[in-house]
Amino acid sequence: MIDVSLQALAAQAFTGLVLGGILVLLAIGLSLIFGLMAVVNFAHGSLYMLGAYFGFFVLGLTRSYWAALILAPIMVGIVGLVIERFLMRPLYGRSPDDALLLTFGLSFVLIEAVKLVWGKMGLTFDPPKAFAGAMNLGFMSFPVYRLFILAVTIVVLVALWFFLEKTNVGLIVRAGTRDPLMVRALGIDLGRIWWLVFGLGVAMAGLAGVLAGPLRGVYADMGLEMIIESFVVVVVGGMGSLPGAIVAGLLIGEVVSLTTFFAPKLAEIVVFLVMALVLLVRPSGLFGEAGLAE
Amino acid sequence: MIRRALAPVVHWVAGHPVISIIAFFAAFPFLVPYKSLATQVLVYGLFALGFNLLYGYTGLLSFGHAAYWGLGAYGTGIALAKLKLGSLWLAIAMGLASAVIGGAVVGFFCLRRRGIYFAMLTLAFSQVFYFAAFHLADITGGDDGLRGIPQLALGLFGYQVSLASPLAFYYFALAWVALAVAGLKRVLDSPFGAVLLAIRENSDRASACGYDVNRVKLVSFVFSALITGLAGSLDALRLTVVPVESLYWSTSGQPVIMTLLGGAGTFFGPFVGAATFLVLADRLSLFIEWWQLVVGLVFMAFVLFLPRGIWGTFLGGLGVR
Repeated sequence: MIDVSLQALAAQAFTGLVLGGILVLLAIGLSLIFGLMAVVNFAHGSLYMLGAYFGFFVLGLTRSYWAALILAPIMVGIVGLVIERFLMRPLYGRSPDDALLLTFGLSFVLIEAVKLVWGKMGLTFDPPKAFAGAMNLGFMSFPVYRLFILAVTIVVLVALWFFLEKTNVGLIVRAGTRDPLMVRALGIDLGRIWWLVFGLGVAMAGLAGVLAGPLRGVYADMGLEMIIESFVVVVVGGMGSLPGAIVAGLLIGEVVSLTTFFAPKLAEIVVFLVMALVLLVRPSGLFGEAGLAE
Repeated sequence: MIRRALAPVVHWVAGHPVISIIAFFAAFPFLVPYKSLATQVLVYGLFALGFNLLYGYTGLLSFGHAAYWGLGAYGTGIALAKLKLGSLWLAIAMGLASAVIGGAVVGFFCLRRRGIYFAMLTLAFSQVFYFAAFHLADITGGDDGLRGIPQLALGLFGYQVSLASPLAFYYFALAWVALAVAGLKRVLDSPFGAVLLAIRENSDRASACGYDVNRVKLVSFVFSALITGLAGSLDALRLTVVPVESLYWSTSGQPVIMTLLGGAGTFFGPFVGAATFLVLADRLSLFIEWWQLVVGLVFMAFVLFLPRGIWGTFLGGLGVR
């Protein structure tokens, strides 16, 4: 009896890890954009949704899951580049609230546009055949596709770490986060870096969308819930902090998953209680620096 | 020529918002296609007015005003439908009290952070109320919404005034709006109002001047929640149901859109915005299914090109501050 419940508990904890992985991908994109540009991208959830739809579209066209997995984030990234160039850029120098308001409007435009193209009904996005079924991990069996999501998340995080720490562009991104004025004074065109980072952050939201599609279903409002949870992750982890986004993402994923196990009705609320607690004890978040973006 | 003739009139209107709003809205039901649309404009205008106090006058962008709107609506609705209170006054008072308490608690937490953080926190905390209402089905009706709110007559100086006709309810709502507008005008004209503007312009400097910025913000937050709760309470009486979506965060977006369309930080902006939004939505939805797409694009265009909104741009064009 205890054995069975322990196994169920382990499975639930693993599920939390998978949800956490998706939240980490979303929150890291948000945090990266925020850290560099001091802009909160409200449309992040809608771009996550767009990633799932683009994935569905590419899958229908090519019949290849791998093509969907690679092309959909690139397509979302291109959408992001267009958004930054034509919608965000005119707002630099104005209050950061304006960018928040603009992307808020944009998120609804994207949702309505998707409903117009793909209809109001949700779509079914089957996980690829290769990842169907469950794998025996020794102490329990777990769906292969969820393990795959975790693996992709880890690969992307390592790649991002490599990009930020080991490449010249990454160096400029980090320097631009610390002191944009100084970077400009050194003759570096930060505008192009902002453009690229916005595209990159948004592409990660797109990737989260393609990964989550087969797991949670594809529908136009799928980003509305996720954007709130990603906001919570970013607040708990500390705005602009990438390690914070990872730790808080996994934490929130686990909290949601384990509360669902013990007290399903409380699952949605506990997340906000965790946030309130963190705010009381450490107002700048677990890894945040006080005073950023105030 | 027109500009020279119009400027003093508009200047007077902008300087006497209470009389102007009463005069305009007294005639308003006869200008729109049907009476219930006029009431909707009034109630949502009040909602946006509450939001505008915080955003337009204190410089705090809240994305969680659905919470106080919903608390006002549920407070009044539960008083009438579940507690079977016989007095409309008591029911409205219960809605207002719920909104004020909710505003004080949420404000305490959210005001620990400023700027974009504040916006995200208000949004996140408002969701707590949504999920609470969703799961406490015994009290709130849960997913189905709160139903069965009776249409009581208003007890006024010993008389029973029926609010059953749309026009009677409209003028009942207008009386509340006039009260809220007069109260807001009084607050903004007071020294306290001047501190609000100082915080909006530069909160560090206001703090350096010796003002307790956080306390002033909290008072503004609670007052904003009070006005918003009044709007929610009126909406519950208007619809006789409270849908659970009234607490969902997309509801918080409504006053944001309306205020930005009309003009943040202006007295008439919220009402101009509410009228524009609702009449536009009402007319567009007759012809096209994707009217929300149009509204979204219009909103984005306003943020990009007309950040002062319709009324603010109009005042600016006439040289009226």
